[in-house]
Amino acid sequence: MGLSTTIQVPRLNKSITIPTGLFINNEFVASIDSKEVIEAINPATEEVLCAVVAASEKDIDAAVAAARKAFSTSWGKNVTGFERSRLLNKLADLIERDAQELAELESLNNGKPVKMARDSDIGDTIQCLRYYAGWADKVLGQTIEVDNKTKLAFTRNEPIGVCGQIIPWNYPIMMWAWKVAPALAVGCTIVMKPSELTPLTALKLSELVKEAGFPPGVVNTVPSLGPVGGAALASHLDVDKVAFTGSTVTGRKIMEAACKSNLKKVSLELGGKSPHLIFESADLDQAANWAALGICYNSGQDCTAGSRVYVQESIYDKFLAILVEKMKALTIGDGLDDKSGGGPLVSKTQYDRVWGYIDSGKKEGAQVVLGGEKRKGKGYYVDPTIFGNIKPEMKIVKEEIFGPVLAVGQFKTESEAIELANATTYGLGAGLHSNDANQCMRVSSALEAGTVWVNQYNMLNNNVPFGGKKQSGFGRELGSHALDEYTSVKAIHWNFGEKLDWPL
Amino acid sequence: MPATFTHQFDTPLYKGTSSFNTGLFIDGKFVDGSNKTTIDVFNPTTGKLLTSVSEGTEKDVDLAVEAAQKAFETVWGLNTPGAQRGELLWKIAQALEKHAEELAALESLDNGKTFTWALNVDVKGTIDAFKYFAGWADKIHGKTIETNETKLAYTRNEPIGVVGQIIPWNFPLLMWSWKIAPALATGNTIVMKCSEFTPLSALRATAILHEAGVPNGVLNLVTGYGNTVGAAISSHMKIDKVAFTGSTLVGRKIMEAAAKSNLKNVTLELGGKSPNIIFNDADLDQAVKWASHGIFFNHGQTCTAGSRIFVQSGIYDKFLQNFTQAAKSIKIGSPFEQGIDQGPQVSQIQFDRIMGYIDSGKADGATVHLGGERHGSEGYFINPTIFTDTKPDMKIVQEEIFGPVAVVVKFDDPADAIKQANDTSYGLASAIFTQNLNLAIETAHKLQAGTAWINCVNHVDVQIPFGGYKQSGIGREGGEYALANYTNVKAVHVNLGYKI
Repeated sequence: MGLSTTIQVPRLNKSITIPTGLFINNEFVASIDSKEVIEAINPATEEVLCAVVAASEKDIDAAVAAARKAFSTSWGKNVTGFERSRLLNKLADLIERDAQELAELESLNNGKPVKMARDSDIGDTIQCLRYYAGWADKVLGQTIEVDNKTKLAFTRNEPIGVCGQIIPWNYPIMMWAWKVAPALAVGCTIVMKPSELTPLTALKLSELVKEAGFPPGVVNTVPSLGPVGGAALASHLDVDKVAFTGSTVTGRKIMEAACKSNLKKVSLELGGKSPHLIFESADLDQAANWAALGICYNSGQDCTAGSRVYVQESIYDKFLAILVEKMKALTIGDGLDDKSGGGPLVSKTQYDRVWGYIDSGKKEGAQVVLGGEKRKGKGYYVDPTIFGNIKPEMKIVKEEIFGPVLAVGQFKTESEAIELANATTYGLGAGLHSNDANQCMRVSSALEAGTVWVNQYNMLNNNVPFGGKKQSGFGRELGSHALDEYTSVKAIHWNFGEKLDWPL
Repeated sequence: MPATFTHQFDTPLYKGTSSFNTGLFIDGKFVDGSNKTTIDVFNPTTGKLLTSVSEGTEKDVDLAVEAAQKAFETVWGLNTPGAQRGELLWKIAQALEKHAEELAALESLDNGKTFTWALNVDVKGTIDAFKYFAGWADKIHGKTIETNETKLAYTRNEPIGVVGQIIPWNFPLLMWSWKIAPALATGNTIVMKCSEFTPLSALRATAILHEAGVPNGVLNLVTGYGNTVGAAISSHMKIDKVAFTGSTLVGRKIMEAAAKSNLKNVTLELGGKSPNIIFNDADLDQAVKWASHGIFFNHGQTCTAGSRIFVQSGIYDKFLQNFTQAAKSIKIGSPFEQGIDQGPQVSQIQFDRIMGYIDSGKADGATVHLGGERHGSEGYFINPTIFTDTKPDMKIVQEEIFGPVAVVVKFDDPADAIKQANDTSYGLASAIFTQNLNLAIETAHKLQAGTAWINCVNHVDVQIPFGGYKQSGIGREGGEYALANYTNVKAVHVNLGYKI
């Protein structure tokens, strides 16, 4: 029985082969005790692409055991930073080699346009791996002056150990890289649970992990249902750390499971309802471009989506008119079509969720300025939608929609803008547009968000940290800060000159 | 048109051909020197002429600086983001790796070190340096600094600009990489003078670097003499930093020239007379092996050579006996023959210098315990030499010999050993051998040296800072510290509404 399958892609006149087993110890294997599978669906056609093995709790145990063994023998402190760097760079090379096919697979399973998957998602992924490869041999501790006659004190930043990583479906490949790269760079081993909606590229990337030369057990990939695999990892007694990106609801469960089991370290990157402020001195055309990007990019399925735009009263009408035109101009369609600037939502569940919010917006009395109408035919499409006349208590203003649905409001003064922006339990991203430098400084300082964009939105860099405040999560990814998430500080006090008198 | 040097290697350890341009490398092209003169390059194994390479002059340094400046303002500096600089450095490492054996062979041919050492230490270290510093390129962080609500203060670590780099002949390719990698990672452009004694590997490697895609003008190589090209670089008004590795004597001249011209930033990695202290409880077998490596590695032509070996009286006799045995078992011969540990010294001048020191040791009344003479009659070979019964003020004890000449001194009291160890104007490295790690750490902390090796000697890693105390130099290479050599800190104060 071959644990692989081939997906036919008539539109591209090709087929893609995918391993369908669980990736444990560098091999694709069947489940130990379960016949469950996960079906991967193409959101543009609503058809099943293929099925992959779904890991059971016993499989998770096996994966953790493999990761633990690797950590104690061939990885962790048994491998030099140089070697970790070399392997990460090799993996980056292989992903670069296979970028086109990976992009097509990503598009088929997630819906996003192929060219975005290839140039943005995978382009950034390759850079991310190379960035962390560069850190691998630069994990520095401190020597600390205590007392020159008797004690040498120093710290070591040791790898935490076996890390459970649970990633979402909105940027499957890129989220994989954000988790895998820093963890491997500092010497941790990984049990990775990709989203049950988008397991395919994680499995394909696992082939490249093996090809690059990582020892068996260093990276293990176990697609499974959240309540099975995710829960098992979060509560596993032999997992030292769990890193999760996904909804706030699930994030809470993960943290709870961590507390109740072995107090494993937790980092969470959760949802957002990020505000986007447009001040009267802003370049309105540019601001509208960024605002459109902020809510339409990835069809709004972005944790930092700028889903609430607040415009200064004096320019509200003018700006809204420009924004409507910008959002109208985006072509949403099949990801395999080069003309598409955006694709369908990832699944039926998300589709129903988003339309539920659109309906609630209408019911609660917001004004549909653009969109708001379902398409006919196949595919989980939502066209860019703008609600005006919003009120703070509306669901579409308070809750994360995760689709291309924008709530637009107004403000008179700077302090009102800040108040509106911060009136949320979330705190992931925020943006502001203004040509008044002092205002930019005041406002960026006052916004309660982990990332603040000034005269920009959405653009991240691999070497700049990213993460949330408030209920958007804790811990930071990207930049040097990600290394802290996967290292544990050991302080060593080395006495070389003090003799203890006893009893005291 | 500068000549192409072609050499057929047909040796037990390496067979192959190397062929490359011997001109100056300025603005992406190999060119003749302005004076159209050349410098002869000799094979230290035979003493015979290998080839000649183009000679650079002050005028060529000017041309190189011009090219470097233009590149800095257009295609390099911060015009190329760190991630891209890093990727290019990684590509260079991979390209050098493809030519590893060829480069090692050239190094052996030109410098005299054995092919095996050249491949496993010099070339490997070169590739590692590029790989290591590639990773730093997009991690040049400044700081944001809290002052008060009316000011945003932050620093940037900006590239300096055009930097001058002058490298020695003892590890030609390795020193080439230690200078270039951090300078390029941080965004600088370079005018480099390689040693007139050993230009070949630098010429070949520079061509490889160019093929790997380094933009024109980013690295310029001007072979030439110290008192022409070296002096021109040190006193150039448009070079904002000079980094030098070589003798203390020349280091002073460079610093003086920098002071007299434009006060350019100077880092120096100079000589040493590094102590190796071996306590009674040392693992004798290991201490002997490391001590031998410490002074005889690279034929003693190492700035960190453990050239003064202090042995505690309890094991002195045993140590000396075994150390002598180890020195005797060093096989001297052609760098391309199987089983050879030591090749010739690099040049006639060095040979004469070392023999001069040996003579002075004899004249001063020290005991020649082993060696003390030339090996063979062709090439610059010197037998491993051990002096005992020395006095602290002897030249062979005070001055850097830079050859396979060890001075072994007996001591009783550790405090005395430390005092003698520190009794030198140098302070590059030190080594301590003992099983008692408390003693090792205490001693390491008391030695005035930039590197303290415990139970090892001459064991370098590119991630660990390296440099001298006292007259062994200024600044550190290696590790994160190297970045500071090639960046200027700019503090930016943004006033947020404080009106006067």
